[in-house]
Amino acid sequence: MKNDITEKSAIHIRGLKKTFGNVKVLEGLNLSVQRGTMLALLGPNGAGKTTTVRILSTLLTPDEGEIYVNGFDVVQEAEQVRHNIGLTGQFAAVDEFLTGRENLVMMGRLYHLSKAESVRRAEELLEQFDITPAADRPTKTYSGGMRRRLDLALSLIAHPPIIFLDEPTTGLDPRSRLTMWGIIENLMKEGATILLTTQYLEEADKLADQIAVLDHGKIIAIGTADELKATVGSEHIHIVIEKISDFDKALTMLARDGLQSNKEEREIRVATDGSVRAVKEILDILYSEQIEIDAMSVHKPTLDDVFLELTGREIEGDESTTESTSSSK
Amino acid sequence: MKVQLNLLQVPNSMKNTINRKIDQSHGRLYYALLDIWVLVLRSIRHITKNPDQLLGSTIQPIMFMLLFRYVFGGAINTGGVSYVNFLVAGILVQTLAFGALTTSLSVATDIKRGIVDRFRSLPILNSAVITGHVVADLVRNFISSIVLIITALFIGFRPEADVREWVMIFALALLFTFSVSWIAAIMGLLAKSVESVQWMGFFFVFPLTFASAAFVPTDSMPWFLRVFAENQPITHIIEAIRALMVGTSIGNHGWISLVWCVSSLVISIPITAYLFRKRSM
Repeated sequence: MKNDITEKSAIHIRGLKKTFGNVKVLEGLNLSVQRGTMLALLGPNGAGKTTTVRILSTLLTPDEGEIYVNGFDVVQEAEQVRHNIGLTGQFAAVDEFLTGRENLVMMGRLYHLSKAESVRRAEELLEQFDITPAADRPTKTYSGGMRRRLDLALSLIAHPPIIFLDEPTTGLDPRSRLTMWGIIENLMKEGATILLTTQYLEEADKLADQIAVLDHGKIIAIGTADELKATVGSEHIHIVIEKISDFDKALTMLARDGLQSNKEEREIRVATDGSVRAVKEILDILYSEQIEIDAMSVHKPTLDDVFLELTGREIEGDESTTESTSSSK
Repeated sequence: MKVQLNLLQVPNSMKNTINRKIDQSHGRLYYALLDIWVLVLRSIRHITKNPDQLLGSTIQPIMFMLLFRYVFGGAINTGGVSYVNFLVAGILVQTLAFGALTTSLSVATDIKRGIVDRFRSLPILNSAVITGHVVADLVRNFISSIVLIITALFIGFRPEADVREWVMIFALALLFTFSVSWIAAIMGLLAKSVESVQWMGFFFVFPLTFASAAFVPTDSMPWFLRVFAENQPITHIIEAIRALMVGTSIGNHGWISLVWCVSSLVISIPITAYLFRKRSM
């Protein structure tokens, strides 16, 4: 049974429960991540994302559940699990007195790479992550983005087959976030299995093969971004007619499947495939009938819509959790 | 920017046996010692990369020594021994005690920065991180002690110890540092913040060093304080070092000091290991 599970899934979780005091953080979580794919665990603050990652990386013990990482039980075989994972947490956990290079070599040695191999890998990662110019400066002089890149590099030094990225871009400026995304996409191409947690829908949408929406300690939906979006409806064109007197005419002319309207607001929604041709067709009709409009937009369902649909509330990107990585004394 | 990763491909057939050039040819003990060694080097680098801290922990005791030698010393009667000869052992032990508290700060800082979590997710010996900080305290205290004793020679300190006695003095000084550092590690693991750990250490060490035989003979104290001062561990350590340095009577102080240090270690090391496994952010 165990071999069967691990043949397919790099991460396998069944019935995971975790309670802190009387707060139930995880209430029977089920999840599996296929080898060589990335799963994004998406959810608001307090949904249980970090707790899940901490259990998978052996920092916390589960109350209940069957949890395997690369075929090893996280409780019974914690040490083997540690040999197979790289963890990048929410905080850029680098030694601030040591230089970037020293941090990397130290981490290589702690993964029991040989000294020469640690030095070689450090050099390689400094180059790949664009840290070389700052390699020999203490990391307390690094920018937030560079620290995060080093943090990620530290977790990759021993080529772990499974990588946990716990909110790797929280608190980064947009440019650093894009850089980080580039790095993560490359990790994917190289065949690593990645579990990413994020509260940014855009991030999950852009990077992940599969998205699991976590809320109140349970997975409430799982699928590809497109599958999830499909659950909340298709693309549509949203038109606001200028004059109420034109409204009925417009409605008749545009009549087709999937049309919705609201006369009071002078709104019409037409389902579409989002192609230029479809948009032009609608504009042509309005033009030939000389119907003026106040507004028109093409609306694609976003993961925000998905989250709203599933939970009845919006995902809040709580910026107050942003750490101040530069506030060193 | 150029981002070009070269991770190994992970074909399904090779799961769990990926060649990651991890050296696994040695036994567990070898790796445990390697982990400790790597993390001792880390903590020692903190000394050289953060010279302000070393400077502070070296200069402050010298200021204290000058203060007591020249300001208070004239009013203190130490019987047959000159005050400066009496004082150095007290200042030395106080320096060691405060120096050994650095572990509590280092541990609390590592926890706050998430470094402890990172280390706990690695396949390493659990307590190696703390062992690294504790050993760094030994190195730092050794340096401070030498500077302090040399400075003392310039202000009239005239030790009578021979080589064998100096070796015993430093052995006891380092054993004492070692046992205080492990207690400091517990404080660091229990502390809610880096700031609070500083106060914890202060409240622990301050009364023990001042209500002791460090600066004045205990027979000048009121009876209740005297009972405390004469029976608490720091006094025994001071009296033992003083006896070895300037030839006062050592009595049972040496043995009692050893018993205190060793029994403290026997208790604090397992507690530290337990707390380290439990402690997370």
